[in-house]
Formats: sequence, structure tokens, C-alpha cells
Amino acid sequence: MKILTCPVNGPRPIQEFTYGGEVRDMPCPDTSTDTQWADYIFNRTGEPGVRREWWHHGPSGVWFVAERDIIGDNVLKTYLWSARETP
Amino acid sequence: MPLNLLKFAFRSDYGEPRMFRRPDRLREEYDVVIIGGGGHGLAAAYYLAVEHGITNVAVLEKSYIGSGGTGRNTAIVRSNYLTEEGARFYQASVDLFRDLSRTLDLNLFYSERGHFTMAHSLASLRTQRWRAEVNKHLGIDSQEVGPDFIKEKIPEIDLTCGGHQPPICGALYHPPGAIARHDAVAWGYARGADQRGCEIHQGVSVTDIEVRDGAVTGVHTDKGFVKTTRVLSAVAGWTTHIQKMVGLRSPLVIHPLQALVTEPLKPWLNAIVVSASLHTYISQSSRGELVAGASLDPYELISMRSTLDFAETMAGHMMDLFPFLGDIKIMRQWAGLCDMTPDFSPIMGTTAIDGFFLDAGWGTWGFKATPISGYAMAHTIATGDNHDLIRPFNLSRFSEFDQVGEKGAASVGH
Ligand SMILES: Cc1cc2nc3c(=O)[nH]c(=O)nc-3n(C[C@H](O)[C@H](O)[C@H](O)COP(=O)(O)OP(=O)(O)OC[C@H]3O[C@@H](n4cnc5c(N)ncnc54)[C@H](O)[C@@H]3O)c2cc1C
Repeated sequence: MKILTCPVNGPRPIQEFTYGGEVRDMPCPDTSTDTQWADYIFNRTGEPGVRREWWHHGPSGVWFVAERDIIGDNVLKTYLWSARETP
Repeated sequence: MPLNLLKFAFRSDYGEPRMFRRPDRLREEYDVVIIGGGGHGLAAAYYLAVEHGITNVAVLEKSYIGSGGTGRNTAIVRSNYLTEEGARFYQASVDLFRDLSRTLDLNLFYSERGHFTMAHSLASLRTQRWRAEVNKHLGIDSQEVGPDFIKEKIPEIDLTCGGHQPPICGALYHPPGAIARHDAVAWGYARGADQRGCEIHQGVSVTDIEVRDGAVTGVHTDKGFVKTTRVLSAVAGWTTHIQKMVGLRSPLVIHPLQALVTEPLKPWLNAIVVSASLHTYISQSSRGELVAGASLDPYELISMRSTLDFAETMAGHMMDLFPFLGDIKIMRQWAGLCDMTPDFSPIMGTTAIDGFFLDAGWGTWGFKATPISGYAMAHTIATGDNHDLIRPFNLSRFSEFDQVGEKGAASVGH
């Protein structure tokens, strides 16, 4: 069974989690061009490599960030969003 | 043992000719380089040669031909899509498929079975009705049918799903829905392209693409550099690797999709049975195995591993529909990579880079499009102008807010 570590609840079976897509920064809607906005809305970083992603722990409702290698499916670390700047 | 078979076993030269040549090295330059020896890449090579007389073409395949999605899909071919753009495009593919065994002189076991998309709720019945009406409008054979009709055509089905699921209350019925032998499609196109002079290089991986002043000048491979001004990327689940080489961005994300086959049974299931609510599609192959597939794995992953979760859920849903399958064994299970688009339509045609053409976004639905994609991409490469059928599918639709929403028709894989 695959295990993911929730920063609040600790290691839990992957079935308890929902994937929320890559973490992306929204450009400022007032100043961005149509092209920048379309890029934000539609385009994704689907390439191989390590990525920051949103994950949701269903039973407790915690949203958090995971750094995951999307070829090997190895999770390097997980943390709460507010803590993302502190390595 | 028949005498002829015995004699054959002792022969040193096996009478059957090879399907295609194995060129021992890459030429210095090609008119067109096609990345990916799946059905799509091979069909494009074939139609470049047949329709446009362009034969200085190399298909570069990092593994063996058909080793990607082409040899891993559940082989369902149909055209009962939801949008006009989609339905027209897939119908053109079905039209080519129907004659393809003859065209390629190879038996593709193309077998029209009738395709049922079961509805377990009024909401899904409403979508089926919508699809049926769009289809009829475009002359595609498609209709909404009730439970009695389903039971008559598929007597083995349990419409109540044993009480484990909401009962089946109707279906979208598409009589031309078919299955085909998918690897034969790859071989047939490969042989046809090879006979006309195109080269198929297996075991050659493209590692980078050379772009100068916004135009393609060549490709780097693990067997050296080749010059070319026209490159077709036909790598489906590997497209995000390739787009990175030319600096293009796209909405593509990769998810695995899994399938399984059971041990062979005597023929009993003629129809192709799909249930959108159960995320299940089942058909019986010409060898008697039940071939079944599910919905996508729940998170992005560029890996072809398969999971026990999938086998358990899938077996459960097969038994909801056909309870007597409880004693039947699963023989094999596997996964393929699906390059998913947000609107469930493909990404095809020219790009912002001169000479770089995309045939991607095939997700869970690209096998059925193999002939028409090859045909339309060959036209686009030869003329530099997007073929009419694929114009709505250009990558630019994601910067022009002009998507082709096919979700209603393709939310379940196949
Ligand atoms: C389980 C499953 C079930 C499916 N069921 C159906 C179905 O019922 N009906 C349907 O219509 N579709 C179905 N599909 C989708 C369908 O299989 C694909 O969309 C289709 O096969 C894509 O074909 P292709 O030729 O574009 O790509 P592929 O067949 O994937 O070929 C791409 C090739 O490119 C090669 N390649 C990749 N990178 C490189 C590189 N750098 N250099 C050289 N070569 C490279 C790969 O090795 C591969 O052989 C299913 C998919 C899966 C996984």
C-alpha cells in the first residue's frame, strides 16, 4: 500500500488523499495580459521532474503541499502551505 | 502433428517475409522525421508516402513499434462523440477503419459489435440523449435505448447490478462501435510505409530538437544527429518530454490508465459494454478473453506500473454487470500513459515553431483516431496548412479561449 505523510496526521494510506494539481502562482488579474492569463488558466508543467503539488487529506480536510517526482512517484517532502518559504 | 507443420519446423528459412526492413543506420538528412512509432506516427508516414509522394521519411521509435498506447489500449473504435468537431473527425476515422484491412492487405480483425454506453441515472440518460441527437444530425448511427432492448441484446447482463449500484435505466446504442487488433494496425501501416521507401528505426530515441530562428533544423538522437526541417511529434504519453525540447507549453498532463484481460471463454459477449458511472468498459476479444479497462489513475504519474487497487475495483465492477464472472481468472494487467487535455479533445497540427508539428492529446481515446490522424497530419506536413478536420484542435485554442469540450463523451476512458 502506498503511504503519504500528511503534515498534520502523519503517514496515512494514499486512498485517504485527493490530488489537487500542481502549485501555481496566479498572475495579477488586473495587470496580466490575455496571453499570460490564458497560460495560467490552461497550461501546466506536465514534464517529468520534481514538482510542488496540492494534496488533500479527506478525513481531516487538511490541504497541504507535497514535493513529488512524477516519474518515480517518490514524495520528497510534505508541508503546510504557510511553511513553504522556510525550507 | 500435421506433416506440413513438422516440415516447417525443420526449415532453416522461414517462408514468411519480414513486415519491414531494419535499416542499419540513420541517413544524414530526411524530408520529414516522425518521433514515435505508434499507430499515429506510422500512419502519418504511410499517408505521406501514399498521398503526397514524400518518402524520404524516418520514423524514430525508442523501443519497438506499438510499444506505447497503440499496443496497450482496449481497442474500441466508435464515433458517437458529443461535439460536431469531434463526431465529424472520429466518423472520418471509422470510415477509413472499415476499409483498412483491405487497404493495408492485413487482417486487422476489425469487428463491429454494437457499443452500449449504459446510463444508471436520469442525468446520464439526458447526456446520452444529447449525444444521440448530435450524432443523428451528423448522420452517425446512434440512438437512445431502454432496458428491454439492452436485455434482449445482452441477455447475460444484470440490469439491477445486484443492488450494488444504481440500476441501468437505458443506454446510448451505437451499432457501428467496433474493436480491432491494435498491434496489427501498427504493423500494417509500418509495412505500407516501408514498402514505399520510408524508414522505420526501432531502438532510436530522440534526445533533443534543434531549433534556429524559430524553425526546426534537425533532431538529436542517441544514434547521432539528423538534419531535417520538418518534425512530427507523435508520442502521445511522452509529449511533455518532447515539448520541453522545443520550449512549448501546453495543458497536457500525464496519467496512467490500466486495463486487464481474463482467461479466454467461449464467445458469449458480442456487444461492447461501457458504463460511465462504473468507469468500466468490457468487450470479448476474438481469442475469447474479456478485455476491460477503467478510468484514469487518480494522480499524475509518468509510469506504466499497475496496481492491485485497480484489479480489485475493476473485478468488482465487472461482477456488478455480469455476476457469473466471479469464478473467472484475471490473466494479465497493465498500464499505458495518457496525455490528457482539459477539454478531452486532441492537440493537432502546426505550432508556433516552423516545421514542428504536434499530434498529441490522445488521452484515453486516441486508438480510434489512428487512421484519420495519420491522414490529416500527413496533409498538414506536406502542405504546411492544417487539414480542415483538425483545424479546431490546434494548440492555439488554449491561448484563444476556444476549447472543444468533449468531456461528456470521453469522461470514461476508451
Ligand atoms: C489502457 C488503455 C486503454 C485504452 N483504450 C482505448 C480505446 O479503447 N480506444 C481508443 O480509441 N483509445 C484507447 N486508448 C488510448 C490510445 O491507446 C492512445 O491514445 C493511442 O494508442 C496513442 O497512439 P500514438 O500512436 O499516438 O502513441 P503511442 O502508441 O503511445 O506511441 C508513441 C511512441 O513514441 C515512442 N517515443 C516516446 N518518446 C520517444 C522519443 N523521445 N524518441 C523516440 N520515440 C519515442 C514510444 O516508445 C511509443 O512507442 C487507451 C489507452 C490505454 C493506456
